[in-house]
Amino acid sequence: MSCCAPGTEGTITRQLPSSEELILSSRIVGPGLRQTELSVPQVHCGTCITAIETSLRALPAVERARVNLSTKRVSIIWKELLGSETTDPGSLVKAITDATGYDTHLFSDGEDSGQKLQRELIRAVALSGFAAANIMLLSVSVWSGADASTRDMFHWISAMIAAPALIYGGRFFYQSAWRALRRGRTNMDVPIALAITLSYAVSVWETIHHGQHAWFDATVSLLFFLLIGRTLDHVMRDRARSAISGLSRLSPRGAMIISEDGSRDYRAVEDIAPGERVAIAMGERVPVDGIVESGTSDMDVSIVNGESAPRAVKTGDALQAGMLSLTGSLVLVATASARDSFLSEIIALMEAAEGGRACYRRIADRAAQIYSPAVHLLALLAFLGWGFFGGDWKQAMLIAIAVLIITCPCALGLAVPVVQVVAAGRLFKNGIMVKDGSAMERLAEIDTVAFDKTGTLTLGKPRLVNLGSVKSDHLAVAAGLATHSRHPLSKALSDIASGSVPVFDEVVEIPGQGLEGRALDAVYRLGNRRFADGDNGAETTAVSSTLEVVLSCDGREVACFLFEDELRPDSRVAIEALAAQGISSGILSGDRQGSVGSLASRLGIARWAAELAPKAKAEFCVSLAEQGHKVLMVGDGINDAPALAAAHVSIAPATAADIGRQAADFVFMHESLEAVPLAINVSRQAGRLIRQNFALAIGYNVIAVPIALAGYATPLIAAIAMSTSSLIVIANALRLNRAGHSTRHVTMKGRHERQTGKARLA
Amino acid sequence: MNMLIFLIPIALFLGALGLSAFLWSLKSGQYEDLDGAAWRILEEDSRDQT
Repeated sequence: MSCCAPGTEGTITRQLPSSEELILSSRIVGPGLRQTELSVPQVHCGTCITAIETSLRALPAVERARVNLSTKRVSIIWKELLGSETTDPGSLVKAITDATGYDTHLFSDGEDSGQKLQRELIRAVALSGFAAANIMLLSVSVWSGADASTRDMFHWISAMIAAPALIYGGRFFYQSAWRALRRGRTNMDVPIALAITLSYAVSVWETIHHGQHAWFDATVSLLFFLLIGRTLDHVMRDRARSAISGLSRLSPRGAMIISEDGSRDYRAVEDIAPGERVAIAMGERVPVDGIVESGTSDMDVSIVNGESAPRAVKTGDALQAGMLSLTGSLVLVATASARDSFLSEIIALMEAAEGGRACYRRIADRAAQIYSPAVHLLALLAFLGWGFFGGDWKQAMLIAIAVLIITCPCALGLAVPVVQVVAAGRLFKNGIMVKDGSAMERLAEIDTVAFDKTGTLTLGKPRLVNLGSVKSDHLAVAAGLATHSRHPLSKALSDIASGSVPVFDEVVEIPGQGLEGRALDAVYRLGNRRFADGDNGAETTAVSSTLEVVLSCDGREVACFLFEDELRPDSRVAIEALAAQGISSGILSGDRQGSVGSLASRLGIARWAAELAPKAKAEFCVSLAEQGHKVLMVGDGINDAPALAAAHVSIAPATAADIGRQAADFVFMHESLEAVPLAINVSRQAGRLIRQNFALAIGYNVIAVPIALAGYATPLIAAIAMSTSSLIVIANALRLNRAGHSTRHVTMKGRHERQTGKARLA
Repeated sequence: MNMLIFLIPIALFLGALGLSAFLWSLKSGQYEDLDGAAWRILEEDSRDQT
């Protein structure tokens, strides 16, 4: 298995967490012991486990190391002091990287509350499963005709088994029902809570009076089925959340502060006060808003405002939190604390925008709104009807309870979560994470998609467009220079050149200008036109979508390279697929008019808006919603976050800013934009299956309710009816997996067509 | 009838034993890393490393 051999992943592109960050995020677990949780998203097989664990255990400071393949995390317990030396936790990360070549990220702790609830739910399922199985055993004996005293004893034992299960497992429903009722609403949990309580009470009452029928089996197996549904729902959300939080964090946790006397001190971002000086090295992100005190650099601002071209900054320029320094080191004077920085402005906008989504009520709750009053009314009518016309109020009571139990939304409680878990599983296999079930319901409703440009429709990576018109030896020279820089244009140049490149002496990078190198007594310059051509160069006038880089030799221009932001793979196919489904697409970008316009025409999108501020993007979504459209927002930057929160539903790529990923309902891991139509497709299928399940559940009630009303429903009939309806609903949900093959076929076809289209062009 | 006095407690006890075994395994982290466990069993050098 060579998949995890060192070096196979190529060069390490991302920065590893620094020792200071590691100490800051580690947790003290014992005297002199610290625990660090790292996320290694590329871990995927047994060899990776062995490679990482052996390399870590080889370090003397490591007390314990364990890889968790399911969550793709490494948990390390290490000694703070080894002899008299303090341990450098950076060596832990280095050991992993050296052994496997994988990227390592810090895993933010403190997101385990969901894990705890999930465990409690599983425990409740186990307990109610145990109770249901035992009561069912006793019930079978009763049904097969146990005589009076044995029956009573069996009923008493059942009552004793059911009571703890009802309290322990039922509390989730009681709490939720109580919360809904207190706010004057009803949800699915209200009829559930009522049915299990009443059926238990009546069964105990019957048992005391030596009655023939007790409903303990129905009560507890109902609880068991419903808890399964609840647990599945939770597992789905938890799996997505842990996968998303394992991604690298784009905002820094701390920064190097330079104090008055020149000493350096690493501090958490929250502790940086305005007026303090922050050192930002090449390749680091700006932690707080500030003004450049010294140094020059090119800043990658794409995540902040969507501009694809890097921006050159010098002393006196203002920087916003989230920008990435590409080519130089800076000293920054903080003008705001982290709480008041650009990011918090965005968070305030997001909170203001979220109103619309909070109003959304899930399908199950909307169904319950109609269903539960109807059922309760029916039970009441049965009670009054049998009471007045039959005269026997005790029997009327029993029949009313039977109606409540028969109609208790067991199948309804499973109808939604089972379908959504199967759908989420299918999306998960295709690299799409679903945050919660209601997102799928909302996604099925949308009719408009708004895309962000930089980082969403494009990869945010420039691509050389005039390769044909550039001589290969010029390209080699340019690539030789470009290998010395982290500027995205340089990276694109050095990536594209194959074969050997000339070696330069004394390459210097001048931030904001370009690179200068010396070879064979000639001075080569690679950079913007003004820099490369010296003083005689004309001012560049091109304000189009393309970026240009000029290569000069001794002040004479020899080649000009033109770049364009690379499209995300399958963008065209995805937008055509959306159009085929009757969904219109538009672009909302913070980038310049020219580049957005040309991209829109390339993709065939008629509606677009450029140079939008974060607030304007969110307002655009709101205004579309007011016109009655349901908008899906697909975006990745910090500037998209308010729009992601304002839209009816939202999707972000895995490369998005932390805040964007948190705001989005779906996160897709693969590069291809086909994830968007696929997610919509699966959500719509899931919506159809949910409605079918509702129809099945209601159909079952139409048959079963008259039996109960007529007074023929015995516990045996109830148990059979309930189990079969639940099984039918689950079987119907599993059809979604079969439907998966046909959609995969469609996307394959799409890909095939695209390839033939390419061939035609070539 | 007399038989039941023994049989029912025994049945319940066995059920409870299974339940507590499950709860114990849940608590001791047996289900934490199902994918990893599948690979670990194939490792030749199966020293107890935790």
